[in-house]
Amino acid sequence: MGSKRPNRRGFLKGGAALAGGLTLGAVEPVRGQTPRSEALDFIKGSDELIAYGERSRFVTSVRIAHPPGSRPSPDEFGLVFHVAAPLQDSVGVITPSSLHFVGTTRGSFIPDIDPREHRLMIHGMVDRPLTFTMEELKRLPSVTRTHFIECAGNSSRPDRRTAQETHGMTSCAEWTGVPLSVLLEEAGVKDGAPWIVCEGTEEVKGSSSIPMAKAMEDCLVAYGMNGEALRPQQGFPLRLMVPGFEGIFHTKYLRRIKVVDRYYMTYNDYGHLTQDSDAAALGYQIGPKSVITFPSGGQELPGRGFYEISGLAWSGGGAIRRVEVSTDGGRNWSDAEIKGTAYRMAHTRFGFSWNWDGTETELRSRCTDELGQVQPSRAQVAEFFEVPLGPSFRVPGRDNSIQPWRVASDGSVHNAIS
Amino acid sequence: MRFLRLLPVLLLMLMASSSALAQSPTYGVGRTPTAEEIRAWDISISPTGEELPPGRGTPVEGALVYQRKRCGGCHGPEGEGARADRLVKRDGGSDADPWAWGRVLPIRAPYATVVWDYINRGMPLNREGTLTADEVYALTAYLLYINDVIAEDEVLDAQSLPQIEMPNRDTFARVPDWEPGMPRLLGYPY
Repeated sequence: MGSKRPNRRGFLKGGAALAGGLTLGAVEPVRGQTPRSEALDFIKGSDELIAYGERSRFVTSVRIAHPPGSRPSPDEFGLVFHVAAPLQDSVGVITPSSLHFVGTTRGSFIPDIDPREHRLMIHGMVDRPLTFTMEELKRLPSVTRTHFIECAGNSSRPDRRTAQETHGMTSCAEWTGVPLSVLLEEAGVKDGAPWIVCEGTEEVKGSSSIPMAKAMEDCLVAYGMNGEALRPQQGFPLRLMVPGFEGIFHTKYLRRIKVVDRYYMTYNDYGHLTQDSDAAALGYQIGPKSVITFPSGGQELPGRGFYEISGLAWSGGGAIRRVEVSTDGGRNWSDAEIKGTAYRMAHTRFGFSWNWDGTETELRSRCTDELGQVQPSRAQVAEFFEVPLGPSFRVPGRDNSIQPWRVASDGSVHNAIS
Repeated sequence: MRFLRLLPVLLLMLMASSSALAQSPTYGVGRTPTAEEIRAWDISISPTGEELPPGRGTPVEGALVYQRKRCGGCHGPEGEGARADRLVKRDGGSDADPWAWGRVLPIRAPYATVVWDYINRGMPLNREGTLTADEVYALTAYLLYINDVIAEDEVLDAQSLPQIEMPNRDTFARVPDWEPGMPRLLGYPY
């Protein structure tokens, strides 16, 4: 039996050398088929492991501070401190709760809320102001939906290297909660009330103005995330979901909703003010956007041959209808395969079969959503607004431009924005 | 035929009655907060200032509060040059264009109510909610004074604060009137 050990080790070594652990499916299934327990290493059991499992020590994908090089946590001065998700390692469409991006004004200072003490109040222009405990909210009819959240600052730049640095301020999770329309109808919105303002318990307290049409359409008061309670970094015990709107609307630690007669121009609203009405509109609902996560910046292809290009597409305008991939820098485009169901305002996984011939090339993806909005290149946006294109060009509103990745002939992958 | 012609009217009547039905509670879950509970929680401030509490403050009083509460520890003794956000507009910008003065809350905000609201809900860091209404009025007055928005002898209260004509009042773009199924920007293909 012991004589079989070298075989197994050789197998593992060969697999790792083949693709750095990236293409497990390509490992030849020759040896190691029969169980040989005495040859295996074991993870030592513990009460913690029984109670709440953990991932393999060989899986090391982690979040990073955003933007790259920003000050480390804790940030005690209320400056923006964000955390980006490792999209380059992602599979499927769900971001694990532990790896979901975090946007905050307080960095590591997170409200530590006892859910038994938490209340949600709805008041203002309503027939019946109401206060709910968490228990009461969970008695109401719930919905479970998959939605992305993307931070307004999620934009690629020439000096950002990886998909995490260029696109890591978006994530997607399965959210469970009560439709906001249920709560508003329970309180009875008075005729003509056009806005709501929402507030959490942290110091700036959320408080963006949200149009009533959006509140009644698909907003969600969520207590569940990926099959369990929200994480504190995601607003435990209660957060607002405003699907397709920029991240700052998704008020964490939600405790109060006021129905009001006008745009309230709160601090959050004011912070996103601009003089330009086009930029204001483009900064409101998130546009169609996609990024190739494999191969992406910082990764390396071990050699020529077959690869499935994989990536994520999403839009604030609804479901993704089409994703196209170019493997020649945008000259030719072909339809990618959409994996599974393309949910509305959700990350959608796409794949594209590709045989790399080993020469330098550039990979791009672009998506089209259910409204017919098409993800643009930076050049197309610059042309539309008749401004010069250069490294310092910023896409007006939220940046949803195409991310080009250059694959060098040695297999290394680089951000090709210029 | 007559029925068919009346059909739209009937449908409208049906829709009207069903929306009236939707206005009564369906589940009866939740509790009615008292007026006092609502007052205690409601810190939203409209641009009209309708929720502003009683109280008053002047720039001179605000300068003293700024010292007493050690605002300068994070924002600098003169509202600049420290680790937290600057509070005084940048030099060199044209007086005609407030956008050139930088993203500085007390000068960029289109309504003075925004400044009051932010100080009230967000400051001082880690001691939010400890300022009295008088102190918030005074700090607001001080910050507007050092940014040349109001005069040194002006008194801010629930009546005068919403009347302040901020330099940025009419220069920001409105957000679009959102409707379901709406593209981001009409005529924009992306």
